[in-house]
Amino acid sequence: MMEIKIVKMTGAFAENKDSARDIRLTKIVPALEKNEEIILDFEGIEGATQSFIHALISDVIRKYGAEALDKISFKNCNENVRKIIGIVVDYMQES
Amino acid sequence: MEIYLPNSAFLGNIDPFLKKIDLSDPSKLKITANRKWISIHPAVLCMVASLGLNAKNITCEKLEAKSKHYLQRMGLFKMLNIKADKIIIEHEPAGRFIPLTRITSSQELTRFITDIIPLLHLDPEQADPIKYVVSELIRNVLEHSGSEQGAIVSAQYYKKSNTIRIGIVDSGVGIKKTINNAYPAKTHLEAIRLALTPGITGTTQRLGGTEENAGAGLFLIKSIAKVNQGFFMIYSGNAMYKLLKREPDQKHITLHGDPFQDRHSKGEDYPSWKGTVVGVDISLGKTEKFSVLLDLIWDVYIKAIKERKKEKYRKPRFT
Repeated sequence: MMEIKIVKMTGAFAENKDSARDIRLTKIVPALEKNEEIILDFEGIEGATQSFIHALISDVIRKYGAEALDKISFKNCNENVRKIIGIVVDYMQES
Repeated sequence: MEIYLPNSAFLGNIDPFLKKIDLSDPSKLKITANRKWISIHPAVLCMVASLGLNAKNITCEKLEAKSKHYLQRMGLFKMLNIKADKIIIEHEPAGRFIPLTRITSSQELTRFITDIIPLLHLDPEQADPIKYVVSELIRNVLEHSGSEQGAIVSAQYYKKSNTIRIGIVDSGVGIKKTINNAYPAKTHLEAIRLALTPGITGTTQRLGGTEENAGAGLFLIKSIAKVNQGFFMIYSGNAMYKLLKREPDQKHITLHGDPFQDRHSKGEDYPSWKGTVVGVDISLGKTEKFSVLLDLIWDVYIKAIKERKKEKYRKPRFT
């Protein structure tokens, strides 16, 4: 199991899409390739943009299907971050 | 080029100011101003700075208005390398504002977002939508505009209206060229309409966008302005779209996927701006909880995606 502390790469406001892409390409995708479970830990994150969350997980859902969500869990998300993740996960499954 | 700073140019009354700008001969910029008073939105200030950064020769008449220090305080003369001592007497900066700032990279943006909240003296609940708007707008410029000068940004808190006003301007390719990478918008106004529609991005026609872009940024910003009783204005090429404030007695907020269904004004007879100008006002007194706003956006966004998906369904052929 891999646990990724988002705040270490982004600071308290997660908006940098370059960081999101790095996390996706260097941590999430390799873990999914090994069939490992992933915990994305949002402790310390006060806010996140939709663009950041989209860059973090949308391509993973597109490439591995919604089943990828069975391998990924989102930990310590505040109410707003939960909603933004919810928006991104919903529209990726709708589209 | 010539730009006249009037006694008042805010988003509500910006139209005559925009129509008066002379954008001919980009190598020269002449700045003139109202003699008694200059009171302008940060977006106007960013426009002057953007034009000035591209001009080789800038002339600025000696300013007489009592409020001329505002231009100094917001860093206009510093950014354009105009010797302010010949124009006005310098005052110490004070108040809640973000002076004119140029952002040219993702790292600069991340630092900027961290710095703006203490400068505007915002509490955490007020800060969320502001950080959101600034980040998404500047990132749009960095990713799509191709603007060599990057994004020019400034913001100001207005005590009387308890409002944060934000301006973000670039001198890049403009919205039409960006949208035309994926959609055949014929006019600048049509391109602005598409850019504000959820799920539409200039990077692809594919539903859900690319791995980097979902086509939600401008829709979210317009929604934040609408929910918080603010103006939102976008000007690119010869077209301008302005979201007007909700009627004060309108308690139920409805977000629309199509920006033309919102209360708005628009036109396509403006001087052709090379790049994009965005102005947003967010009223702090009327700020809805950001989480309530996200619920509204969630519903409308998913509905819009479903409708677009339905448009692509194959239809039965009846003969």
